[in-house]
Amino acid sequence: MGNTTMSLSPGGRADDTAGRLTVAKTYKLYVGGAFPRSESARSYPVTDAKGRLLAHASLASRKDVRDAVSAARSAFPGWSGATAYNRGQVLYRVAEMLQSRHEAFVDDVVAAEGASRRKAAGIVDAAIDRWVWYAGWTDKIVSVLGSVNPVAGPYVNWSTPEPTGVVGVLAPQSSSLLGLVDVLAPVLAVGATAVVVTSEARPLPAIGLAEVLATSDVPGGVVNVLTGRTAELAPWLAAHAEVQGLDLAGAPEELAASLERAAAGTVKRVLPRPAAEADHSRVPGTARLRAWSEIKTVWHPVGR
Amino acid sequence: MEPWTYAPARESAAVANLQPSYRPFVDGTFVDGGGEPLKTLNPATEEVLAEVGTASESDVDRAVAAARRAYEKTWGPMPGAERAKYLFRIARVVAERSRELAVLETLDNGKPIRESRDVDVPTAAAHLFHHAGWADKLAHAGFGADPRPLGVVGGVIPWNFPLLMAVWKIAPALAAGNTIVLKPAETTPLTALVLAEIAAEAGLPAGVLNVLPGAGDIGQALVGHDGLDKVAFTGSTDVGKEIQRRLAGTGRHLTLELGGKAANIVYDDAALDQAVEGVVEGIFFNQGHVCCAGSRLLVQESIADEFEELLHARIATLRVGDPLDKNTDVGAINSRAQLDRIVDLAAAGDAEGAQRWTSPCPLPEKGLFFPPTVFSGVEQTMRVAREEIFGPVLSVLTFPTPDEAVAKANNTPYGLSAGLWTDKGAKAMWTAQRVRAGVVWTNTFNRFDPTSPFGGYGESGFGREGGRIGLGAYLDA
Repeated sequence: MGNTTMSLSPGGRADDTAGRLTVAKTYKLYVGGAFPRSESARSYPVTDAKGRLLAHASLASRKDVRDAVSAARSAFPGWSGATAYNRGQVLYRVAEMLQSRHEAFVDDVVAAEGASRRKAAGIVDAAIDRWVWYAGWTDKIVSVLGSVNPVAGPYVNWSTPEPTGVVGVLAPQSSSLLGLVDVLAPVLAVGATAVVVTSEARPLPAIGLAEVLATSDVPGGVVNVLTGRTAELAPWLAAHAEVQGLDLAGAPEELAASLERAAAGTVKRVLPRPAAEADHSRVPGTARLRAWSEIKTVWHPVGR
Repeated sequence: MEPWTYAPARESAAVANLQPSYRPFVDGTFVDGGGEPLKTLNPATEEVLAEVGTASESDVDRAVAAARRAYEKTWGPMPGAERAKYLFRIARVVAERSRELAVLETLDNGKPIRESRDVDVPTAAAHLFHHAGWADKLAHAGFGADPRPLGVVGGVIPWNFPLLMAVWKIAPALAAGNTIVLKPAETTPLTALVLAEIAAEAGLPAGVLNVLPGAGDIGQALVGHDGLDKVAFTGSTDVGKEIQRRLAGTGRHLTLELGGKAANIVYDDAALDQAVEGVVEGIFFNQGHVCCAGSRLLVQESIADEFEELLHARIATLRVGDPLDKNTDVGAINSRAQLDRIVDLAAAGDAEGAQRWTSPCPLPEKGLFFPPTVFSGVEQTMRVAREEIFGPVLSVLTFPTPDEAVAKANNTPYGLSAGLWTDKGAKAMWTAQRVRAGVVWTNTFNRFDPTSPFGGYGESGFGREGGRIGLGAYLDA
């Protein structure tokens, strides 16, 4: 531990000093709707921005990646088959649950990112609003990306987006909550399912978010959250044949190209690693919704 | 009464205006390429059609540099309305010279003149005409108020629809304001070079379109070139994966139009005669050299025997032979290498226990031909059910229920197209929603239109060609 102070209470809540020992949270993975420890039984210390120990997070393994992909694959037919209205309500419910735990997330963001409480509150607000934004997209993106096509012949011809499948998400490394929401919410909005590898050094807000997802009517397996070493987990995700999309937002720079090469083995859709972490406070466009959509075109003859 | 007897109706090869030699088109002029010249063959006779100069790697550099200059100096700054008029002009001349192009395509590729005349060339002209109109309307395409082009595009295309594939790359690239370097397939370079001539005659500024004949090494040099902003590839899944690997970490844009192993699902309530026609169209169109060919027939168990009988009877009437004969239904296999591959995969079908049925139709004595072939009793594990044969070979599998039809249709890493045949509207829509494929033909097959996005799921690639969505693949959106 070196000289870190043992203080397993993220955000430095004051209970310990009031003559009562705080009940510290065990941070686990979120896979298939449950909160298991890593099958490897490994963990790693997570510190706050000042180097003080916050908790021991699960150090996920290759096997955890496979379990998470399997859960995401199993959840895909149900989630992609849900109505867009239903998905919109579920995403809005995530915003509601986040709002009700606003202060806890402010604590988490302060601890993880070293932000002031005021700045952290703004980050949590933006994260909530981002869920609301994407909740409103679920039943509009099909109209915006789809079309009825005036083919030169007696056919009805139309194109609609469908979710691409399972998306592997390497969450941004700096922005532990808003950045995560920024890359995760669009996956859910289009009806795809996700395996998230959280920020390596700042994983705790993501586990908090997993607890929100677990109580927001998001079906188990639709989002799976792994904490651990990005460089250890990412290659398995990038090469997995049941993963159709890969978001390299939080990929280590030295690994980004090799992850893209691994993804080529099954012709995955890849969002490349940005040169610098995106400004997650900006309201996004439709790029991420498009990235995880497949356009399907259907032809049908017209006749008597 | 005697049935009408067959009489040949041969299109004149002279219409193709075949030249003894063709050369690469770089920076607005035809040049002597630095590569070894190749001889392009007529696959129906295996005779040499013409000598074609090929590009060297330094020609690739020159072409990319010319495309960059044109992007920066002429084509990029040009108002969209002016770009549009060039493309409209080219579209009109393609239509004007359609008979010449169709005959040339048939000579070089081996496909029946009926198809090059009725599908390849008119669809190419339509694709140019459609995209011409986009050039000054990009702000209305749904990609923002002022969507920008990407820059210089490298396109590599296959031999199955040489002119049409060239146009599928060129038209959206140019409409969006990009410039392009195109490498046609080694065995079918001619129509793309005539298209370059048409573009030059239309006054297209130098460097906007460059055409580099050559083999795979030139394709590799092109797609790996640092001067490109985007690569658009149509071809095999194996090569597509190599290109995706090659571009890893470069940040360059990529679209891939790769292989397929499409299911064609026939339900027991389908109009059987129409379904038979559709299945035949689905697999024997263009000798089965179609990435979206309906190469896996999934027929419901209760009608399987009856359907196969009808199918064999219909296939037996297909005429295989001289591609220039307007009566010909199935033409020549494009190359000796492709014919060998078809022979090998069909042998694997025998070896793995599928039952082979071969059309009794007579085959020409010379040239590269393969008779229409149907394997029945095919299991999903067999190579003829899993691998893209890219030839006139149909694999027949059966299913008991709609759920199993969908499960079998989706049991492939590919996902380019699918067909389904039923008279029940709700079942058609139910099935169309569940098959994981980019194009679904219900009660029809192998229809193409410039307004209609085409492209695959999974290992059939990513990106679309055609329609508003296809245009987006050439914009920085």
